[in-house]
Amino acid sequence: MNILDNLKYTKSHEWVEETGAGTVRIGLSDFAQNELGDLVFVNLPEVGDTVTVEEPFADVESVKAVSDVFSPVTGTVSAINNDIADSPEKINSDPYGSWFIEVKDVTAKTELLDSAAYKKICEEA
Amino acid sequence: MGSYIPSTLEERDEMLRTIGIKSTDDLYAAVPSQMKLNHLNIPEGMAELTVSEKIRAMAAKNKVFGSVFRGAGAYNHYIPSIVKEVTGKETFLTAYTPYQAEISQGVLQNIFEYQTMICELTGMDVANASVYDGASGAAEAITMCIDRKRRKALVSSAANPMIIQTIRTYCFGSGTEVVMIPSRDGLTDLDAAASLIDDTTACIYMQQPNYFGQIEDCTAAAEKAHGAGLKLIMGVDPVAAISIKSARECGADVAVGEGQPLGMPLSFGGPYLGFMASTKEMMRRMPGRIVGETKDVDGKRAYVLTLQAREQHIRREKASSNICSNQALCAMTAAVYLTTMGTKGMQEVASLCYSKAHYAAAQISSIPGFDIVYKGEFFYEFVTKTPVDADKLLAKLEEKDILGGYPVEGGILWCVTEMNSKDQIDALVSALKEVSSCN
Amino acid sequence: MQLNYEKSREGRGCSVMPACDVPVCKVPEELARKQTARFPQMAEVDISRHYTQLEKRSHGVNDGFYPLGSCTMKYNPKLNDEMAALPGFTGIHPLQPVHTVQGCLEVISTLESYLDEITGMTGMTFQPAAGAHGEFTGLLLIKAYHTHRGDTKRNTIIIPDTAHGTNPASSTMAGFKVINIPSNADGCMDLDALRAAVGEDTAGLMLTNPNTVGIFDKNILEITKIIHEAGGLNYYDGANLNSIMGVVRPGDMGFDVIHINLHKTFSTPHGGGGPGAGAVGCKKELEQFLPLYRAVKDGNGYGFSNAEHSIGSVKEFYGNFGVIVRALAYVMVLGREGIPEAASNAVLNANYMRASLQDTYCIPFNDICMHEFVMSIEDLKRDKGVTALDIAKALLDYGVHPPTIYFPLIVEEAMMWEPTETESKDTLDDVVSILKEIHAKALSDPASLHEAPHSTPVRRLDEVGAARNPVVKYDFEADK
Repeated sequence: MNILDNLKYTKSHEWVEETGAGTVRIGLSDFAQNELGDLVFVNLPEVGDTVTVEEPFADVESVKAVSDVFSPVTGTVSAINNDIADSPEKINSDPYGSWFIEVKDVTAKTELLDSAAYKKICEEA
Repeated sequence: MGSYIPSTLEERDEMLRTIGIKSTDDLYAAVPSQMKLNHLNIPEGMAELTVSEKIRAMAAKNKVFGSVFRGAGAYNHYIPSIVKEVTGKETFLTAYTPYQAEISQGVLQNIFEYQTMICELTGMDVANASVYDGASGAAEAITMCIDRKRRKALVSSAANPMIIQTIRTYCFGSGTEVVMIPSRDGLTDLDAAASLIDDTTACIYMQQPNYFGQIEDCTAAAEKAHGAGLKLIMGVDPVAAISIKSARECGADVAVGEGQPLGMPLSFGGPYLGFMASTKEMMRRMPGRIVGETKDVDGKRAYVLTLQAREQHIRREKASSNICSNQALCAMTAAVYLTTMGTKGMQEVASLCYSKAHYAAAQISSIPGFDIVYKGEFFYEFVTKTPVDADKLLAKLEEKDILGGYPVEGGILWCVTEMNSKDQIDALVSALKEVSSCN
Repeated sequence: MQLNYEKSREGRGCSVMPACDVPVCKVPEELARKQTARFPQMAEVDISRHYTQLEKRSHGVNDGFYPLGSCTMKYNPKLNDEMAALPGFTGIHPLQPVHTVQGCLEVISTLESYLDEITGMTGMTFQPAAGAHGEFTGLLLIKAYHTHRGDTKRNTIIIPDTAHGTNPASSTMAGFKVINIPSNADGCMDLDALRAAVGEDTAGLMLTNPNTVGIFDKNILEITKIIHEAGGLNYYDGANLNSIMGVVRPGDMGFDVIHINLHKTFSTPHGGGGPGAGAVGCKKELEQFLPLYRAVKDGNGYGFSNAEHSIGSVKEFYGNFGVIVRALAYVMVLGREGIPEAASNAVLNANYMRASLQDTYCIPFNDICMHEFVMSIEDLKRDKGVTALDIAKALLDYGVHPPTIYFPLIVEEAMMWEPTETESKDTLDDVVSILKEIHAKALSDPASLHEAPHSTPVRRLDEVGAARNPVVKYDFEADK
């Protein structure tokens, strides 16, 4: 199970990259993509949408299931990754290179775990 | 009493013993005794012969008309014999939904073929495996178009009243606002439509041909809709669709319609067939089942239900539609019908309907008092005035075994199909002359 | 196997239409379609063979045991089909004058009287074309009821986690928010969770009883009372009615509105996915909201009745009439003793199968069940890596249609079996032997089950590829 040290993580298995003052990038961890299985589709929000901490902002579909992706922050969507919209399989093959959205004007944040703490969560699961 | 239970009384006792209980009453031990029924107050069961007699007697109380000149949502078309033969095959009739693809390739391939045909009919990129009928299809199409910001649907007043009614009921559920676009001279008033559009409008629904049989300018409607950032839903007649500009050629985003004309009998209103098709962009918003092509582990081409993550069994409360069972066998009926008719046969049907309707319209409107009400181009339905009370007129026609047109505001809505021979049409015209001159 | 489009040849066809006997008119050029609508061009013999090939690659109730849980794949009597095909029914235009359709109205009204009695309701509509359509309709009745009373706060529907996906989906379509509540360890409604979930926003509860693990919830009167006391109404999902019809009535359990699946309980055929019919019954206080065009007795004959505050229509016309005729024939054949006999034998067969398998397979709620029971393959998955999917695919090699799998959601690796009453003891014994054989294979040679099925026309499919790159129609440009 791959876990990158330079990123932060949530309990719901999203990774978070702080890209500047009040901006973040969000994706799904290796643990998450492995649990979800082959992904066939991603439903992303639109640029300009509001995201709310700990609420779903997107969902991913496998053949037989849909799973919510939860936002670790409250803010405004400043960019969406059309690459994964076109090729959702990249989330499986390269989870940390497959960001979902960038968020600006971040106000609230959920509890973010460092790689060690996240590793523990994965082991207990 | 009749029964379809194979197990004998001895076998039932053996089974009770295996389970370890004394009687079938013990099976219902969890049911509170005060709720158990002592007596079901319906008639005793009857033998097949008796039931057959009784139901035939009910059927005999209906009148099957010798000639039918009524449409208004249900159409009298010829059903080729092979259609009935194929759709009566026991396996097709009794099969379940093809979730187990390996043993359901026949059902799945048929749906794939049907989807292809609906895409041909409408000019669209993707079709689903059916919805209940044209009216519920129209309502589901509106759901495809609404989003968080756009929650208003503009609906043409020239659409079939039952379709409008169904749209209103569905929108009572979804909280979508329905605004009616007025009609003028039997056509949707597109200028009025333009003035009703704002940035909360999701779509326009128009019927083609419309309820009065008139051919609408859907291309202009699509331009107005797209110019304002909304979608156009066209409700299309599948026979007219052969000859007039397709939904795709007009620029529609979604095409829906009533498929009953494609091989299904009138049958007092059902089962019918709702077909739905859309552009590629709207594929994932489409409700209902969709069959896709794939390969199996040995590389063989195969068919499977796909994009299931749109549907209720996966999305549950997040699904955009709850549809589960659809009109599968009716979709098969349409597929067999279109295969039997073929490209040329369908063109013949359309041409016969169009020609006969225009012949009839010319003949009827030449009788004093039967002026054509809406003077635009029509396909195979048209409205004429009537010089005498419509109900009286229709009663007189009934005496001659003719089901006349449907009484609507302003006159009578006539429908002429390939089932109306020249003799039948001429007999209708004579009857109308007779009835109108007597009064 | 080729598609009909691939068998099409320019110049082939059938001769169905005569020449035009009136002057031929053409659609004006500016209105005409430019791109031809293309359909297969085949001779009748080739059409006949094409569909015969498709039939051989399909599986109907006529092919064998079809134990899909909550689908009630009982035998479809042929009398029903013949009655529905009578010209006196098929030739009737729905907009004919009422005095010319008395027979059709009598069919609908008569069936209503029988189904009202079986379910304990007083009013019914046959307009909905399927169970889910009926759920949507029934929920709109509940919505109309509260709205009419000026009680606009009631916007939630309570649904247990064992519910079929259509229940929450229908609630969303009807404009409600769904409150999911967990079941207890018995698989039944957790009364404390229910009490905690009700409030001033409760519009109603959606429930099926027996539930989807096949158990009759003996607390049903308490459950429906809790909802009524909170000001809500109770909706009965009739999918499992086959277990109790003629024995106990939803109306007597405290339900206010129900749907019935005519294509399940009342033997009408499934048609490869439809058409069905989802009749909706209700109690007196909801009758004023029923959809339009209800068939009723009217003086000396029959007519249409439009409810005072009708919710309108959920489709055109009056319902899937051909399906309604079939259900009527069925109820007339079974009658007052045959209806409960069918129910109790459905329950007998399910318990016999359960008792025969309980020493081999894991059955989580292994007590007297109703018309269906749930098996879990969790133990085989853990120990041998064999899943419910593998068992299902293995059954295909024996020509047995698998049961429902991965439902209900509260059981891991679930397989839900519903034999129905129209299976003989011999059939049940055969299937039990097959299942024991498969179980033995799972223990001795699990790899062979991962590869199953072996003997079907196609084997396991690439569903991921089908979803990632959907190909949903024939490609005319592809090389032949």
